[in-house]
Amino acid sequence: MFPNLDIDFVIFGIMPYMALTVLVVGSIARYERDPFTWKSSSSQLLRRKQLVWGSILFHVGIIVIFFGHVVGLFTPIRVLDAVGIPYWFKQWLAVLIGGPAGVVSLIGATMLLHRRLVDPRIRATSSWADIVILVLIWAQLIIGLFTITQTIQHLDGAEMVRFMTWSQSIVAWNINAWTDVVDVHWLYKLHIFLGLLITMMFPFTRLVHMVSGFAAPFRYLLRSGYQIVRSRRSRALPKRSGPVAVAPGGGVPPRAVSQPPSTNAGPIG
Amino acid sequence: MSHLLDRLNFLQSKDLEPFSNGHGQTTRESREWEETYRNRWRHDKVVRSTHGVNCTGSCSWKIYVKSGIVTWETQQTDYPRTRPDLPNHEPRGCARGASYSWYLYSANRVKNPLVRGRLMKVWRQMRETMTPIEAWTKLQNDPILRASYVETRGKGGFVRATWDEATEIVAAANAYTAKTYGPDRIFGFSPIPAMSMISYAAGSRYLSLMGGVCMSFYDWYCDLPPASPMTWGEQTDVPESADWYNAGYLLIWGSNVPQTRTPDAHFYTEARYRGTKSAVICPDYSEAAKFGDVWLNVKQGTDAALAMAFGHVILREFHLDRQAEYFEDYCRKYSDFPMLVKIEEKDGRMIPGRFLRADDLDGKLGQDNNPAWKTVAVDGVSGDLVAPNGSIGYRWGEDGAWNLEEKAAGADTDLRMSLILDEDHDDVLGVDFPYFGADATPAFATGDRRPNVLTKNVPVKRIETAEGTVAVATVFDLFCANYGLDRGLGGDWVAKDFDQDVPGTPAWAEKITGVSADKIVHVAREFAQTAEKTNGKSMIIIGAAMNHWYHMDMNYRGVINMLVMCGCVGQSGGGWAHYVGQEKLRPQTGWLPLAFALDWGRPPRHMNSTSAWYAHTDQWRYETLTAGEILSPTAPEGDWDISLIDYNIRAERMGWLPSAPQLRTNPLEVAKAAKAAGKEIAPYVAEQLTSGALEMSCEDPDAPENWPRNLFVWRSNLLGSSGKGHEYFLKHLLGTDHGVLGHDLGEEGRQLPKEAAWHDEGPRGKLDLLVTIDFRMSTTAVYSDIVLPTASWYEKNDLNTSDMHPFIHPLQAAVDPAYESKSDWEIFKAIAYKVQQVAPEILGRETDVVALPILHDTPGEIAQDQVRDWKKGECDLIPGKTAPNFIAVERDYTAIGDRFCALGPLMDKLGNGGKGISWKTGEEVQHLRELNGVWQDGPAEGCAKIVTDIDASEVVLMLAPETNGEVAVKAWEALSKATGRDHTHLARTKEDEKIRFRDIAAQPRKIISSPTWSGLESEKVCYNAGYTNVHELIPWRTLTGRQQLYQDHLWMLAFGEGFVSYRPPVDLKTVTEAVQDDGDTLVLNFITPHQKWGIHSTYTDNLLMLTLNRGGPVIWISENDARSAGIVDNDWVELYNVNGALTARAVVSQRMKDGTTFMYHAQEKIVNTPGSEKTGHRGGIHNSVTRAVPKPTHMIGGYAQQSYGFNYYGTVGANRDEFVVVRKMKTVDWLDREKSWVAPEQEAAK
Repeated sequence: MFPNLDIDFVIFGIMPYMALTVLVVGSIARYERDPFTWKSSSSQLLRRKQLVWGSILFHVGIIVIFFGHVVGLFTPIRVLDAVGIPYWFKQWLAVLIGGPAGVVSLIGATMLLHRRLVDPRIRATSSWADIVILVLIWAQLIIGLFTITQTIQHLDGAEMVRFMTWSQSIVAWNINAWTDVVDVHWLYKLHIFLGLLITMMFPFTRLVHMVSGFAAPFRYLLRSGYQIVRSRRSRALPKRSGPVAVAPGGGVPPRAVSQPPSTNAGPIG
Repeated sequence: MSHLLDRLNFLQSKDLEPFSNGHGQTTRESREWEETYRNRWRHDKVVRSTHGVNCTGSCSWKIYVKSGIVTWETQQTDYPRTRPDLPNHEPRGCARGASYSWYLYSANRVKNPLVRGRLMKVWRQMRETMTPIEAWTKLQNDPILRASYVETRGKGGFVRATWDEATEIVAAANAYTAKTYGPDRIFGFSPIPAMSMISYAAGSRYLSLMGGVCMSFYDWYCDLPPASPMTWGEQTDVPESADWYNAGYLLIWGSNVPQTRTPDAHFYTEARYRGTKSAVICPDYSEAAKFGDVWLNVKQGTDAALAMAFGHVILREFHLDRQAEYFEDYCRKYSDFPMLVKIEEKDGRMIPGRFLRADDLDGKLGQDNNPAWKTVAVDGVSGDLVAPNGSIGYRWGEDGAWNLEEKAAGADTDLRMSLILDEDHDDVLGVDFPYFGADATPAFATGDRRPNVLTKNVPVKRIETAEGTVAVATVFDLFCANYGLDRGLGGDWVAKDFDQDVPGTPAWAEKITGVSADKIVHVAREFAQTAEKTNGKSMIIIGAAMNHWYHMDMNYRGVINMLVMCGCVGQSGGGWAHYVGQEKLRPQTGWLPLAFALDWGRPPRHMNSTSAWYAHTDQWRYETLTAGEILSPTAPEGDWDISLIDYNIRAERMGWLPSAPQLRTNPLEVAKAAKAAGKEIAPYVAEQLTSGALEMSCEDPDAPENWPRNLFVWRSNLLGSSGKGHEYFLKHLLGTDHGVLGHDLGEEGRQLPKEAAWHDEGPRGKLDLLVTIDFRMSTTAVYSDIVLPTASWYEKNDLNTSDMHPFIHPLQAAVDPAYESKSDWEIFKAIAYKVQQVAPEILGRETDVVALPILHDTPGEIAQDQVRDWKKGECDLIPGKTAPNFIAVERDYTAIGDRFCALGPLMDKLGNGGKGISWKTGEEVQHLRELNGVWQDGPAEGCAKIVTDIDASEVVLMLAPETNGEVAVKAWEALSKATGRDHTHLARTKEDEKIRFRDIAAQPRKIISSPTWSGLESEKVCYNAGYTNVHELIPWRTLTGRQQLYQDHLWMLAFGEGFVSYRPPVDLKTVTEAVQDDGDTLVLNFITPHQKWGIHSTYTDNLLMLTLNRGGPVIWISENDARSAGIVDNDWVELYNVNGALTARAVVSQRMKDGTTFMYHAQEKIVNTPGSEKTGHRGGIHNSVTRAVPKPTHMIGGYAQQSYGFNYYGTVGANRDEFVVVRKMKTVDWLDREKSWVAPEQEAAK
């Protein structure tokens, strides 16, 4: 059933699963082991110069690209067909939005990389991972932009469909998924390989800050009460019988009349 | 359990209970994250320690330890309570102390023994074939090898060494030096024992066993106010800060209490709540200025004029126009006002001369014992001349009359202060007083054109003496004339009215000080009125600021005079509160034997640092201040036209000041020669000195055999902080790159010294070895040859006391010393044992000859009634009388380590004591044997062990009266014998009390009252200086036995300081045309006060404190001065003069007075300091632009209170009279490139 251990098979057939596994297990491990390292490690305090412009350009571009890839690759082809979006249109959309976003992002990444390598303070406080991940992303952006040179040679979207098929096959546990991309131009292959590599590095670098947002206390904005009491109890208290009366004149409210006998320590109410 | 699962709260029950009508909501999310924050503040133990930094705070702290790491510290709050109606001492502490734990694990910690790379390389090579002594000898005898490491000092290149290697080099160097040049070429500098007594004692004990030199610090720091020994015969004794609360009036003069006495400042606040009125005197709008009811912003350096004007008002309104009864009574009993002064004739003019002594009179008033040292007054009861009890003549050679009872020869007296009444005086004479106010240097000129001698009328009595009829006047009458008060006797230069512009009046002072006359009158009146109504509860809190001027004595004596006139000294809530270093080593007499190895040999070698550094860093070679500039116009005939170093040499020769090194010949050889000649040491040396066969080292400080060869610096940052003339240290003592911009006297063609031998070429690199022991890589460490890592203040056991509170409390090892560090005690112990191992190759049991100057508080202090120099043939050389004494001391270089760790036999044999009294201490020694254990064999057989730092602490605590009640009673008994009055009641109630180390570890303990100090620690009064003098009638240890406001030593009179007067700052001539670059026009007075962000140099490299200010060195200047030089706030500026240059950022502030710049001392040049454009070397420290200039009057010795004592009297390192050029820097160069940086001047020259 398995083909010979072809390099394409390893990279496009097995590596995606390895990458996803490392991503998930590594992230959980890091979060469990050292939750306080889950952060962006901003160097803004050390030097603002080049950071603000570099960071904004990079992030705006990369967010567009990231979601472009997610939507572009994982939207089922059937859905495209059903909605009636022609492949050439989607291909054009990808080039016209992704291209400029890539350029913007590359400008930002270049500024950030230059700052990280040249500024003595930033350089001195950078870890090996900080530098490697930035170099990888920078290279990935360049390669991504270079793939446009291939893409414009077949604007019908056929190539794009192969990538969609591949990624959706991966998700669908299709062992032959790798065959979908085996014949594409090496630039695409390199791009995919780097993408998987970056995915694998995610848990071990500052990239984790991408999901910091999930930990942000957005729930606070949607809370129903003004005062939140984080109870130490494992179970809810029994319901009180009847509303709490407010003493006239704003005094201390009297205790609820029919409070049930408390079984655990410490009276509440 | 799992962070992730805990966060996935969608798995939890949604059954959340709302409350408060739905405004509140209960959730059951994980609270485990809270543990993180709870753990942040959790700790395993809390240990009591403190900061061994010279700040006077002496605050007890809780040190928190977690997993073997010191995590943080907080203030202790368990001081013993005071009494009802008095606030408690806590809280004590400040931001600086709270940041200390940063040091322990910081990058700046010294972690291993470090040795200069080139030295280490050669050493290791040589040691393969040679013994340590051979190796060091070879290294020193090869000039190229020696220079190879000497010239790299301060340029990095340290390598790690093992403890064994590092101590071996030190031991070999010390042994070689002792053998080759003499043990007195081994110097050690460590300051302020009170801040960590055992650590100080470790080094000084080692040095004393070796015969090395312990250098003074209090005088070198210029914190010693020589006015205090002059007036009171006491180094410094002051009220504790709690006594501020008892004051009725607080005059804060040049002291920035909230900034520099942070832990004590609350008493000032509380006193203000109690209703105490306060005036603040300082040139800048300081933090203290905010506390005052009135702020007098006096021009810097003119305080004496202000003090004289205050005194003028007080005398006029409280002593002359109306006699305040309390003041009169106090002054008659406790001051020298009634004493008679001979009016001496010089070229037909009359000048105040010596005190009249019993010896001058026929029959000597019946006094056989020391009549030349018993001063004379007129008794108001009988009208006769009497020699009142208490003068110094009564102190030595007899018992029972050395007290302040109003008696003379057993009869009651009522001394007369003034001869103003017609029936009391025979004549009114015009007496000459020097006036210096017209000599002002340009920056201090007021356009004063008065003559420099002012003749004023004084009532005199004519009496018959052995030498004929002489006119005498009371000190009080002369004193009033000196203050310019018109007493109806006619004549010039006296005023009836405060508005008259006559020297001494408020109107005169206004012109000099800039403080308006009405404010002067107002403050003086309030000060005196309060004192009159409260019996002396007016206090002056005074800081080093005023004491750092060249003529500091004038400032201080002006202040002291006010206090004595108003009866404030010795009264609770009153007196002289001079706060500088942490000078009060409360268990002093218990500590001395341990620290100076008095248990093995006496005396130790002490040296006054100012004179030593002045000579050995060759600052004297650049001296431009001549004696003529400071000499009084009324000076008697004499050979006064000599250089300042010449004065110092004469002082050393006459036994006034100590010497180090002492003799040009190795003292070990001198002893051998004496033995060979079959003579006693002292007569032998006297004979050889007289014949010229032996020479004193001081006469030729630049001769290689007279150089200090080895220097230990521990608990100190000599080069980065206190080293006045920093660049001269680098140039001559260290022999490395330096920034000296001027030229020496020879090069400039100025007059050369007469007594000091002149070498055309100043020596470079006198030190063979500089060893620094520190926990941090300070500026001194950076320049050293060997740096030894010491335990931090949280890693060792030690003792700590202060003058600001009465408690003794410990430093303790909260954790073991980090990395490879060891406590100072362990380090010196290791070196001592290493010497024992290495030295026997060349040294065995030796006899050393120690030169001992004439010491205060010994019978010798009344040695020199007249000034006579044996070298000039004016007298014979009599050791201990007309010259230093020369004493044989046995050294055993084969047992240095064994002796270090044992309490030697002399304590049993000779007893213990201090300040002129002594007692037997055999019982305490026996207790120590029982407590610490006994050596069973070896050279110290039968002696108590002193192995650990806690053993050493127990020695101090056991032997000291302050911590052992039994000893206190013995000490008071000894004093009672001298005074003839029973003082033992002061300690009887505490006789059973014995404070041990574990007691103070549990809680700070109040010390027991002892005669070492002049204040009491009781349930009734706070500690206040002079209290026992006033209340127990114990004389002050002065010539007159009273607070002495007139100084009659020949040199005092020659330099015009018999009485106080305003003397403008001296002209140090350091901003010369040659050094000043074109276009640099801003020249400012350079002032170096104490800072807010550090304690001296400590904490100035601490990131936490650096973050609070500007992260590196700064200077402060006024807005106007800044504008004139195109400087805006935070600019990099350079300050320079002939002494060198420094770089810093400018803080431009409205609080500064025009004409001055502040550079808070001592900001380390190891942090954020760029290169100087002027010198081409790294910035420099504040002392890069200063140079020490000694004053001859501080060299006086052998004359009662003006006799030498270690840190008690001697030259002081004044530095306030300095001026600098200030300019904006063109290029800021961090000197961090490969290529060595070349100064623009040098580049242009190429």
